[in-house]
Amino acid sequence: MSARSRTADDPSAVATRRPARRRSIAVVATAIPLAMVISVLAFANPAGPGDPASRSPAAKPDKALVAQGAYLARMGDCTACHTAPGGKPFAGGLAIESPFGAIYSTNITPDKATGIGNYTRDEFAAALRKGIRADGKRLYPAMPYPAYASISDHDIDALYAYFMHGVAPVHHQPQQTDLGFPFNQRWTLMFWDWMFAGTPRSAPAPDGHDAVARGRYLVQGLGHCGSCHTPRGLAFQSKALDDGDPAFLSGAELNGWLAPSLRGKRTSSEATAGDGLGGWSHEDIVNYLATGRNAHAAVAGEMKSVVEHSTSHLNDADLNAIAAYLKTLPSHRAKPDQVGSNSSDARDTTQRLTKATDLSHGGRLYLDNCGACHFADGRGAKTVFPVLDGNSLINADNPTGLIHVILAGAQLPSTPGAPESLMMPGFAWRLNDQDVATLATFLRQAWGNKASKVTARQVADVRKKLGPDDMHGNGPDDPYPGLQMHADAEDD
Amino acid sequence: MVMKKKPVDVVIIGLGWSGSLMGMEMTDAGLDVLALERGNDRTKKDFLYPKPADELKYGVRLSLMQEPRTDGVTMRRNTQENALPQRHWTTFHPGTGVGGCGAHWTGVLYRATPTELTMKSFAEKTFPQGFLPEDMQLQDHGVTYEELEPHYDFFEKIAGLSGQAGNLKGEKIKGGNPFEGPRQNPFPLPPLPRTLTDTLFTEATESLGYHPYPYPSANASQSWTNPYGMQLGPCNFCGFCSNYGCLNYSKASPQTCVLDALKQRQNFSYRTNSDVRRINKSADGKTVTGVTYIDGDGNEVFQPAKMVFLCSFTLSNVRLLLLSDIGKPYDPATGTGVVGRNFTYQITGSADLYFKHHQFNPFINAGGSGQVIDDFAPDAFDTQKHGFIGGSYIYTTQGPGGAINGIRVSPDTPAWGSAWKRQAAAEYGHHMMIGTTGSNMAYRDCYLDLDPTYRDPHGDPLLRMTYDWHDNDMRMTEFMGDRIRDIVKKLGPDYHTTSFHQVGDHFDPSKYQSTHLTGGAVMGTDPNTSVVNRYLQHWDAHNLFVIGATNFPQNMMHNPTGTVGALTFWAAKKIRSDYLDNPGPLM
Repeated sequence: MSARSRTADDPSAVATRRPARRRSIAVVATAIPLAMVISVLAFANPAGPGDPASRSPAAKPDKALVAQGAYLARMGDCTACHTAPGGKPFAGGLAIESPFGAIYSTNITPDKATGIGNYTRDEFAAALRKGIRADGKRLYPAMPYPAYASISDHDIDALYAYFMHGVAPVHHQPQQTDLGFPFNQRWTLMFWDWMFAGTPRSAPAPDGHDAVARGRYLVQGLGHCGSCHTPRGLAFQSKALDDGDPAFLSGAELNGWLAPSLRGKRTSSEATAGDGLGGWSHEDIVNYLATGRNAHAAVAGEMKSVVEHSTSHLNDADLNAIAAYLKTLPSHRAKPDQVGSNSSDARDTTQRLTKATDLSHGGRLYLDNCGACHFADGRGAKTVFPVLDGNSLINADNPTGLIHVILAGAQLPSTPGAPESLMMPGFAWRLNDQDVATLATFLRQAWGNKASKVTARQVADVRKKLGPDDMHGNGPDDPYPGLQMHADAEDD
Repeated sequence: MVMKKKPVDVVIIGLGWSGSLMGMEMTDAGLDVLALERGNDRTKKDFLYPKPADELKYGVRLSLMQEPRTDGVTMRRNTQENALPQRHWTTFHPGTGVGGCGAHWTGVLYRATPTELTMKSFAEKTFPQGFLPEDMQLQDHGVTYEELEPHYDFFEKIAGLSGQAGNLKGEKIKGGNPFEGPRQNPFPLPPLPRTLTDTLFTEATESLGYHPYPYPSANASQSWTNPYGMQLGPCNFCGFCSNYGCLNYSKASPQTCVLDALKQRQNFSYRTNSDVRRINKSADGKTVTGVTYIDGDGNEVFQPAKMVFLCSFTLSNVRLLLLSDIGKPYDPATGTGVVGRNFTYQITGSADLYFKHHQFNPFINAGGSGQVIDDFAPDAFDTQKHGFIGGSYIYTTQGPGGAINGIRVSPDTPAWGSAWKRQAAAEYGHHMMIGTTGSNMAYRDCYLDLDPTYRDPHGDPLLRMTYDWHDNDMRMTEFMGDRIRDIVKKLGPDYHTTSFHQVGDHFDPSKYQSTHLTGGAVMGTDPNTSVVNRYLQHWDAHNLFVIGATNFPQNMMHNPTGTVGALTFWAAKKIRSDYLDNPGPLM
């Protein structure tokens, strides 16, 4: 059996610089139950702010500790949420859209008036690990403190040293979060925290000697991979914070995109797509995190920013530790989906496309728009053009990610290990909604792929939300301005 | 008022192949590097599928080229004629913008042979006194094949070169070019797949006892990650190479092979629409102090720099040296001076073969696909017997298949109307080409200088090209025409036409010839006959380096880009090992 492919998708909640964004669609559905839970608990058990933080003066700058903190801040990808588009680093102000309203990230530079310059080390630790601000108020769990609970004391020290001495203070008051009642009652979050937040760790962080232990520490903690890759429950809580539960990192949906399962310890020869990382070798995982690309896949969606700002800056030891740990997680499914294979289905599609006679409209659209790079066999080209046969973005239940990539295109981040920011063109200018639906349906049923049809209405919904910044390429310059060169979107 | 910018260590003029490669080398050495590019930025967004596949825009209107209006050249064939400016590019296509010619080139990447780098020594050894014309000005490059070999090797890895070695450490390998210099390593990638034209050519030339081999192609045959971490994807034979940016990350270019890696470096920056007008000299004239350019807003800007690399196109390099008054201009009357001396070109010719029973599908092609023989290289046979020095390679390549430039009809067909249409439809796809790319020796009366009449919008004189064919080179191409006729005879097409220059022909700038313009600022070991020394360092200003095909003392039959890349690394190595710690003349 050939190596299984995985895609271009991997979103993550924390890493984006867009001014506005949405969390998982699932959140919308849970908004009302969550509100009820919070309200009910709020009235049942009113209580004051959390533990008073012990006060201790800020430590003197220690160069090595500051540098270590800078590295850990990369690991945690703090900048993704705490830097607004065009804003100064860590000065906050990014709007994180939630069903309850926009949550604005805060200024975490050491400015005393608007940032965290007055935070003691223990107040800083409480914010990170318990979600409690210096003034005793609760943070919204858009801040991944349930995962950060497991950050070690030493790493907290390093992060504190960095944010106090390695980051330039910026005097900037970001817009205040102002959610409607009852969500503006931050104190009620204590119940949420009581039910769902993690237990702060006291043990030191594992060093590199035990790679799996080190990987577990990074993935569950600072890396907060579960924020996107672990499904969420009714109260928008991660269903699992650690690998004691098979739901941990078993995949979730984010803005309609699949944040795939990171489980599946099979080897590439046994695994099939839909089995998380089963088809990826240890090295594939390392390459993907370091460069956004590997023999099977190219990063797209929210994960692009994670690679660009966080994982591509990790050292080899940590990348290897993460890969080693992920390879220990068994698949969450007894029997993974059978999609993408060297089956007769795959050969049929390849032969039909190669022959190029009596093609379906979808096949024709594929050859005219996709075949140049991804080829008739849908295998693309190693490390440059992703494999489409068995691709998890294409086979995801929700086709939003696929439609988005067809319409807008995608671009790899330029990383130190792989500097080329390879770009796939967007086809929004060239294909109408029905064409994109036909093409997406073709892709989801070509070769060994098995996924549902896509409708023109679904394409129209995605197209509506695209802004100019999402687009990669807008077609040739119009040689005859004013003349209608191609039909507008048809009705579905 | 002239704006003055913060000094930098290095200014690079022109961000094409040599500029971007030198940028990598100098940033590696820890220097602050600034590249100034006259044209627009060109990023992968400009070359996104299917944008480049526009024959009218790029193949006919030549959108990636310089504008003759601002950067024209005047031409004449001898000193008795009045030079007139080219108002549309015809005979060659000089690029502009980031990537330069490296963005729109075809993708044939050759090494020079050991002989091609030492033509003067070869001639002295091979021909009797008096055999060569008196006005022929042959010179050695001053650098040998052995010295350049590791740099060719590295550049081929940067470019992800596809092909078949014919001489691996002295061992001849069947299927490769037995006449090439010894390679220390095989090609990074295997050759591109063969087309029907390749197969026919291979069979015919083998039956004639020749040694066909695949074109060394910088259109990648497979995925490739180069030493800079840059990536190429396999070529899909879309056919849009020469004059186009590659839409598939397959053709090696500064964009696909260098620039994203260079942009990662904090000590590199570049400015586009920055048109360098002068290289500034120090008071004593022994060094340069920086460059003066006009930025996109029309401001005149002085950019101080400790070192200047002149890495633009052949013609622009020579013109900027002349405008800056650096080095003595060449005077053909006395044979003295060096700037503009030994300007050379490329001698080409071709046959077109029509086969009723073959359908070639010429829209499926790649610039670097094809088969070649080097059996008529300058040192591969007895040229003296045929009355010339020099040689050509003979090759086939699929296509062209474009709707505008790819239509071939029999000579008796009307030039327009329904009869032409019928014939074009009937013959499309049934044609095959066989061509020659040949050497061009340097002559006393072929040179570049500043035009006395025509000026650019800034008031600076245009460059003037004084150039004509010479009998030696015409005898050479006549001979190649005969060799091609032998091959045509073997292949037996239904009809064929040929187009070869003959003795007595004059240079005709209205027809495309080649963009392999060479010389004018040549390298060498004698300051009386070269502009730069063998490390490409200007003889008169030790912190000025001039790089490009402009360094070739005469043109070789093999395409120039491989040697331009190798020379760039060769110069960089010497600069890094000897010059940076101890700036001064390297020779």
